[in-house]
Amino acid sequence: MTQTIFEKSVDGRRAFVAPALDVPEEPDALPARFRRAEPPRLPEIAEPEIVRHYTQLSTKNFHVDAGFYPLGSCTMKHNPKLHERVAALPGYARLHPLQTPSRAQGALQLMWELQRALAEIAGLPHVSLQPSAGSQGELAGVLLTRAFHEAQGSRRHKVLTPDTAHGTNPATVTMAGYEVVKVGTADDGGVDLEDLRSKVDDDVASLMLTNPNTLGVFDRNIEEIATIMHDVGATLYYDGANLNAVMGRARPGDMGFDIVHYNLHKTFTQPHGGGGPGAGPIAVSDRIEPFLPRPQVVRVTSPGGRAGESGRSQASFELDFDRPQSIGRLRGFQGNFGVFVRSYAYILSLGADGLAEASDTAVLNANYLMARLRDLCGEHLPVAFDRTCMHEFVLTGGPMKRALGIKTLDLAKRLLDHDFHPPTVYFPLLVDEALLIEPTETETRETLDAFAEGVKAILDEAAEDPSIARNAPYGTPVRRLDEAGAAKRPVVRQAM
Amino acid sequence: MSRYTSATDADRRAMLEEIGAGSIDELFADIPQSVRLDRPIDLPPGKPEQEVYAYLRDLAARNVSAEDEVSFVGAGMYDHYVPSLVDALLARSEFLTPYTPYQPEVSQGTLQVMFEYQTAISELTGLPVSNATLYEGPSAVASAGWMARLQNGRGRFLVSRALHPHSREALATTAAGYGTAVEELPLAAGVTDAGALREAVGDDVSAVFLQQPNFLGAVEDLELLAPIARNAGPPAPLLVVQVDPMTLGVLRPPGDFEVDVAVGEGQSLGNRLDYGGPSFGFFATQEAYMRRMPGRIAGETVDADGKRGFVLTLQTREQHIRREKATHNITTAQTLNALAGVVYLAWLGRRGIVELGELLLHRTAYARRTLAGLEGVELLHEQPVVREFAVRLAGLGGGGFSRVIERCAEQGVNPGYPLAADYEEHADGLLVAITEQRSRADIDRLAEVLGAAVAAEREAVHA
Amino acid sequence: MADASYPDDLKYHPEHDWARIDGDVATFGITWYAQDQLGEVVFVDPPEVGRTVMKDEPYAEIESVKAVSDVVAPLSGEIVEVNEALGDAPEQINEDPYGGGWLVKVRLSDAAEVDDLLDRDAYEGSLS
Repeated sequence: MTQTIFEKSVDGRRAFVAPALDVPEEPDALPARFRRAEPPRLPEIAEPEIVRHYTQLSTKNFHVDAGFYPLGSCTMKHNPKLHERVAALPGYARLHPLQTPSRAQGALQLMWELQRALAEIAGLPHVSLQPSAGSQGELAGVLLTRAFHEAQGSRRHKVLTPDTAHGTNPATVTMAGYEVVKVGTADDGGVDLEDLRSKVDDDVASLMLTNPNTLGVFDRNIEEIATIMHDVGATLYYDGANLNAVMGRARPGDMGFDIVHYNLHKTFTQPHGGGGPGAGPIAVSDRIEPFLPRPQVVRVTSPGGRAGESGRSQASFELDFDRPQSIGRLRGFQGNFGVFVRSYAYILSLGADGLAEASDTAVLNANYLMARLRDLCGEHLPVAFDRTCMHEFVLTGGPMKRALGIKTLDLAKRLLDHDFHPPTVYFPLLVDEALLIEPTETETRETLDAFAEGVKAILDEAAEDPSIARNAPYGTPVRRLDEAGAAKRPVVRQAM
Repeated sequence: MSRYTSATDADRRAMLEEIGAGSIDELFADIPQSVRLDRPIDLPPGKPEQEVYAYLRDLAARNVSAEDEVSFVGAGMYDHYVPSLVDALLARSEFLTPYTPYQPEVSQGTLQVMFEYQTAISELTGLPVSNATLYEGPSAVASAGWMARLQNGRGRFLVSRALHPHSREALATTAAGYGTAVEELPLAAGVTDAGALREAVGDDVSAVFLQQPNFLGAVEDLELLAPIARNAGPPAPLLVVQVDPMTLGVLRPPGDFEVDVAVGEGQSLGNRLDYGGPSFGFFATQEAYMRRMPGRIAGETVDADGKRGFVLTLQTREQHIRREKATHNITTAQTLNALAGVVYLAWLGRRGIVELGELLLHRTAYARRTLAGLEGVELLHEQPVVREFAVRLAGLGGGGFSRVIERCAEQGVNPGYPLAADYEEHADGLLVAITEQRSRADIDRLAEVLGAAVAAEREAVHA
Repeated sequence: MADASYPDDLKYHPEHDWARIDGDVATFGITWYAQDQLGEVVFVDPPEVGRTVMKDEPYAEIESVKAVSDVVAPLSGEIVEVNEALGDAPEQINEDPYGGGWLVKVRLSDAAEVDDLLDRDAYEGSLS
């Protein structure tokens, strides 16, 4: 029976040894009425037991280093080990965010160079690295839209999102004080242009899109969409969750987007860490630039240089707070610098050729896996949209449910017994019994074959006996958990 | 082929054949010609690992970190000692490389860590319910504002001037979206002015925000302020307190007072400085707000065999299900940083957090007394402090103040955070932070170096 | 409740709510179809007695493992009673949606609104 660290506590045991008090004790340092009466009930436990406890816990996790993790819209690609080495350099790891900029030039230069690389990749010139994650980048984007319209004296109340949008989009819109208006999806998986036209007017502040979208398809009408939005003076926001599909092929800035967010923990290999940390930098067009969060990392050149060197100027990097139209800040300090180090290491490692190859291979792998699954399982798990996919694709488990009596959920749980992490399930909402599959570029052909064969084996097994999958998994540290009970009577901390 | 992909020419041929396409270019046919990038990405070509390492190592060497100087800068993030077991556990792929635990059967490690973390934060803050983290401190304050907005929809936030400047600004930036006005509460003698709070509170106040200890290092009198802050409605405005977790071994926790939400910056708990991030924000609250709280929450349950297990719970409140009516748009939890936090708290333990708090208390008192004894240095306020305090470099503004900092830097000492940028009324103010890594010898050196720098500057001014 | 059922002594709202009229007081709840869509109910956030409800407007939230749903009022009036038992046993909404799963009792403000509601056959017909 698993125990929490608190249940392993034994009075008197300890790990921490405090440094000796080397100053005189100040008797009235803290008046009694401010003093805590009872210490917090943290565990009392020695170091070897702490290490053993968390090591044992770790072995209960499936993870990318152990196996295939085709979670659609998450881009579970390999996390390069170099990145941990460089992020741990003391010049980065022990640098205080409020260090005087002249003594943090290495950090500021790294941020500035990363900004330039991200700007080039997305095709929009002005980048802020500040947002902590995609969701915060989205919030920044909608607040930037608001500031842009207000500066023009225009009061708008609505933001459009497709009905295939990831839930963060409408949630963000509400937090930014706008009303969400949903736009329908056409049969080919792209935005329904007629529906879009009928809902666009000058009360619409923005349209938030992902391209390719959450169905894995590239919207062929993207230029028309951009024209429709710009004709009413609205901004076009790009959710960069699917950027892994198009690096080197197309850039959201060239498609007409005004604001883009990147997920450094998706496309740019920041390890997911069980849910975070990540980072969600944004890039914007010229007309949005004045409103960017502060501070901005800027490069300043001053004329100078030594005698004898022609016109050599000194470049230095600064934090620019003097931004009168800025929306302000979304968080403290400069953002998740540790994530910037890793992402920049990735960009340096791959370079222009490597980034383009990453997207090409991501799209190749997805189409290949889609073809293999169509061959082996197409009758029960057909593709939701019969067209070339980008870096991910959607299958529908509806036929499987009707013919074999197992649902997408059951297939997912049985995949765990085959040492695969399941794809994303029941998203996008538009597709019945959806399976959203994103292999990424770092998987071998053999792995993709093995996955397709594994799915087939599960379907064949279900044809014989559907109860096996319905009660899966069997070989995992725990079996199916009572989620209803956890929601009805939530227990969110150890009782003491 | 880059280091991280495997597709050879032979692989590509075979795969394209299976797909039924002639080339990879064909797979991108849906992208209209007019939006295609018709040139390579304008970045240098990829580099071998050793060159990437060398380049980034050289950039790192251009920074002056806490490794290179004796640093007394705090103001929200602190140079505490991160024990080696944290590094070792965070390096495990099993913690580093999985995603959010959407398949709980293979994520019990992550989920139990979250549950233990939630327990630890609840214990520290004295509030019954904690989430599994938000991004960091100031945005956690902003999130509390959003929760207050959903809770009562009233028009004003009251915010102490001694709330961290980044928290104040993040709150203002996000409130501008949903339209709640932000009003500042002035300070008196270094703490929030209770009289001003009494005047300002009313039935149109959505929430009141305080910090403990406040940004100037002063211990706020929550016993006095909490009832004043809640004296409106019913229901009362939400009382939100941003609290420094390292002080909670010795300071009365927010749970002792009628605080609705305790939030804060978790970096001090086992996380590196990392030039400001990543770290985690904690968010703890009363039972009544459990279903309104933003962020992920892990809950205990049992599996089909009756075995104890953990799952993400109350997810219906979150963006991926509730969408435009979600409690918040957040999808991430700072899970890896929370792991560092809970490991660190287990390492400190029940006695350790008190001992560490006492050490900080006495060293801070010693530092404050010592600096106040220097010629040209005065205390900015005389409130009780725990681990950070503010002094004035009497009368030295602008250029003179900067020169003092530079002289100290030349001696390998970073004396603290200048207050001028955030508090124009304290243009000669300096915020000095103490951690367990700043020994008495370090403090004596600070006094020596700062004293000499101030004296030299005063002499230069009078010359 | 295993099988779909729609009692014929109730009136129905297209958003899957029912009303049992008893003089000038009506009892509200959600239909079998609604609870089937929601899945196992885990929590009900009830409104307060005395609150006014408006026809077609949401007045409560029902939370299941997979969704949170607004509950829409089929008729307008003032809440006079709330089903407190749902606090400990929210699953009553699944097991007995027309009996123990009732949500509120309302003193009606406009009896004419009843004419806008569907009878059992019309509602059941609309589901297919």
